[in-house]
Amino acid sequence: MSGILGKKVGMTSVYDENGISVPCTVIEAGPCYVTSIRTKEKDGYEAVQLGFDEKRETLVSRPMKGQFAKAGTKALRLLREFRNFNGLKLEIGAELKVDSLFTKGDKVDVTAKSKGRGFQGVVKRHHFGGVGMTTHGQSDRVRAPGSIGGSSYPSRVFKGMKMAGRMGFENVTVKNLLVLDIIPESNLILVKGSIPGAKNTYVTITK
Amino acid sequence: MDKIKIVEARQYKKDIPDFKPGDTLNVHVRVVEGDKERIQQFQGIVIGKRGEGMGATFRIRKISDGVGVERIFPVHSPRIAKIEKVKDGKVRRSKLYYLRGLAAKEIRQKTGANQ
Repeated sequence: MSGILGKKVGMTSVYDENGISVPCTVIEAGPCYVTSIRTKEKDGYEAVQLGFDEKRETLVSRPMKGQFAKAGTKALRLLREFRNFNGLKLEIGAELKVDSLFTKGDKVDVTAKSKGRGFQGVVKRHHFGGVGMTTHGQSDRVRAPGSIGGSSYPSRVFKGMKMAGRMGFENVTVKNLLVLDIIPESNLILVKGSIPGAKNTYVTITK
Repeated sequence: MDKIKIVEARQYKKDIPDFKPGDTLNVHVRVVEGDKERIQQFQGIVIGKRGEGMGATFRIRKISDGVGVERIFPVHSPRIAKIEKVKDGKVRRSKLYYLRGLAAKEIRQKTGANQ
């Protein structure tokens, strides 16, 4: 699984060769730097750690400063590991750009943190239909969850019962998105359709 | 520069005349029939513009065989081969939906367009 880190820029549309408007998401992906390489001998598993998004030296803690100095990279905000980087041999400190990993027409998976929705009821959170009607004397059942289980048996509510609660702000992966275009000079990649999260959310694009 | 603009700017058309509601335009539309392509012209008054960037569209109204016809075109669509400005109009509104209820003579008086 090879991948790259990026930031969601926003959505727009592009025209395909038939003149049809296609919705797309623009992601600013890379340049990423290899900050560390995990090996079987030392760490027990094979992985490549990538870093993205430069930050000021003053914001870096001392232990992290040592890590970046060792890798010979600038101070970076986001660090992520990728297991088994498709056999691609990467040197520590190497720079990784979008066009070196992806090409137009590829299918990619995009992972990002979805927008936080706060405390939401079951209708929004689990797509329940609500219980009753607004007429015939009823007034407060329209967005109700309904029954949450039996009475004397089992005398408890089963674990994992779908109920109201915090919604969103979780990792969501959208699979098999078509890469519509890549603009290497500004590190942009265009994928078809929408991806999770707000603008400026960190995203992981994998192939 | 705004990064969305970088993506969109690659697709903007450069030969679009500066037009506004009330103007008369001749739009050359690419029509694909089977594997053949031809140009169809649609001439009428611009009765509204909306949106910006790639999402910008304009609405054109004409009277065809006594029937009012309106079409909405995306400004930067590759299916539009050419946009020609035929005549300048003089109106005081940005959306000319009131033209729908008017006769040809009244439209002429209102916009200075000769349809």
